Amino acid sequence: MSGPGVSLEVVDLAKSWGAVDVLQDVNFGIEPGGFLTLLGPSGCGKSTILRLVSGLDEVSGGQILIGGKDVARIPAAERNIGMVFQNYALFPHMTIAENITYGLNVRKVPKAEKEKALARVAELMALGKLLDRKPSQLSGGQQQRVALARVLVSDRPLVLMDEPLSNLDAKLRVEIRSEIRSLNKKLGITVVYVTHDQSEALSMSDRVVLMNAGNVSQVGTPQELYDRPANTFAAAFIGTPPMNLLSPEDVRAPATFAPEGGMEARDVIFGVRPESLSLGRAGAEFSATARVESLEYEGKVFLVHLIAPSGTRFIAAHSGDGAPEEGSEVTVGWSASQTHLFSKTDGNRRDFTL
Amino acid sequence: MNMRLSYGMGFILLFIPCSLLVAFTHYPALKALLNSFWNNGSSFRPSRFVGLDNYETLLEDDKLMQVLINSFIYAIGTVPLAIALAIGMALLVNSKLPATGLMRLSFFLPTMLPMVAVANIWLFFYAPGIGLASQLLNAVGLPSINFLGSTDTSLVSMMVVAVWKEAGLFMIFYLAALQSIPTNLKDAARLEGAGSVRIFFTVVMPLLRPTTIFVAVNALINAFRLVDHIVVMTRGGPSNSSSLLLYYIYEVTFGFRDFAYGATLTVLMVVILGILAAFQFWVLDRKAHYQ
Repeated sequence: MSGPGVSLEVVDLAKSWGAVDVLQDVNFGIEPGGFLTLLGPSGCGKSTILRLVSGLDEVSGGQILIGGKDVARIPAAERNIGMVFQNYALFPHMTIAENITYGLNVRKVPKAEKEKALARVAELMALGKLLDRKPSQLSGGQQQRVALARVLVSDRPLVLMDEPLSNLDAKLRVEIRSEIRSLNKKLGITVVYVTHDQSEALSMSDRVVLMNAGNVSQVGTPQELYDRPANTFAAAFIGTPPMNLLSPEDVRAPATFAPEGGMEARDVIFGVRPESLSLGRAGAEFSATARVESLEYEGKVFLVHLIAPSGTRFIAAHSGDGAPEEGSEVTVGWSASQTHLFSKTDGNRRDFTL
Repeated sequence: MNMRLSYGMGFILLFIPCSLLVAFTHYPALKALLNSFWNNGSSFRPSRFVGLDNYETLLEDDKLMQVLINSFIYAIGTVPLAIALAIGMALLVNSKLPATGLMRLSFFLPTMLPMVAVANIWLFFYAPGIGLASQLLNAVGLPSINFLGSTDTSLVSMMVVAVWKEAGLFMIFYLAALQSIPTNLKDAARLEGAGSVRIFFTVVMPLLRPTTIFVAVNALINAFRLVDHIVVMTRGGPSNSSSLLLYYIYEVTFGFRDFAYGATLTVLMVVILGILAAFQFWVLDRKAHYQ
């Protein structure tokens, strides 16, 4: 099938529309055959990066190295990149077979070779019976598989995917998610995947690039993003529900607690995941008192919505018996190893000593 | 919401539009068909049933043959040209070029003018010696042509006016259709290595097909329907070189006051238009893709 994937390295990438800078100093990379996800809220520039890498838009600055070669200024068609679009971008007037072989026809691939390639991807994506149909006669999931087939038929070593699952229902999304992941592993192609869904990003990726307003917020493995968020944005974006961010006046820290780097103890933000909080835990290293505002039953756990004296709202995931009563005062505790510390001024992660 | 209209009221509401339809569409159509089987009466000699006599005249009418050939050339010439021009203009104003707003306005302007006004403008363009067209010819060293006064150029001159007038309207339809084509279809084709010409013919044009059918039907009907500029500019002349079927019907009926033969020609025109419309909708429609 596809040859092994290529590496992708983005260096100091920048894009501006007129006077508006939409991307600055974007740096990340992925090894051949890897799965990289660009994650972020809408409007953060992740799709723009994809369009720059594909060559559909022109870069304003920086380099895009594919297999070590800078392609930032060569035409899209010469970059040997495949792309799957959010709403599939199938040609509605062509049959499925014509859609899949469109690129092969453009490149004048001989007929026998073309038919072999078509048969191969049709089998791979289980599209055999649909080849004579028109896209409008297919379900959303089938259309997405055709879009994947159209990319795979050309043996592209690098495939870009722009929110390919966002138009599918929840069940299909999980199905195609694992299908994409297994294609990536089986064929060894490099995948760059754009999504705003953090659970999608965490479950599929080898590396995640978290974007915030045109800047890279954090690059790392899914575990790194979850376990050591680099800043308050990453902390508040990753996890369902995301990390709680508490101000120092709501937190009782040990007397020996001291942030590193000469920061005052009142200039910090404490981060703690909802599942790290335990209700009524006496003698915990860190604790906070709060009123129970409401309860949300999630099956495995209760999500306890709390409101601190300063008015900050936060959430504890309570898995034991005996949910607290609404309106009651509770104490939640957590350990030093579960504590994340951020600077109040720049939002970046800091270390601390006890 | 169970306020039902009484049957009487319903009948009245239906009667008003129906009577208008009958009085101005169906009755005249039927009457024309009937008239074509009767000869022309006068005050001292009432008309009588002549069967297919009028149709025999029609077959032997040399002038009709010329008018039909003119109409055929006129339609074949103006419809594809107007469509091609409309697509070209739509692509132009849909592009990222500067001043597309101004272009849109100027391309659409001829459509907004009444045909009679357009005809008068073009009378000046075509005026021998002093008109814009003659001056342009003189500027490049060619002798001026009497565009409207020569049998060689009068029909083509009429066709140019029609294309100039019609293309702007069709451009609006194509512009709307172009803007409804998702850009990522073109992106996908581009990533597969297709150039812009190939993208236009393999992706854009097929998706414009419903618009093309609609525009072609309308353009063809207009080619038979719009003769105002001929009335103003040439009156079908010289020696019928620019006469079209509808103008000929007008001339026979109201110029020569031959109502019976006028009715016969009208039936012929309706039959021709019916065949053309049926062909376009049934043959082209089947090949069109609708989303």
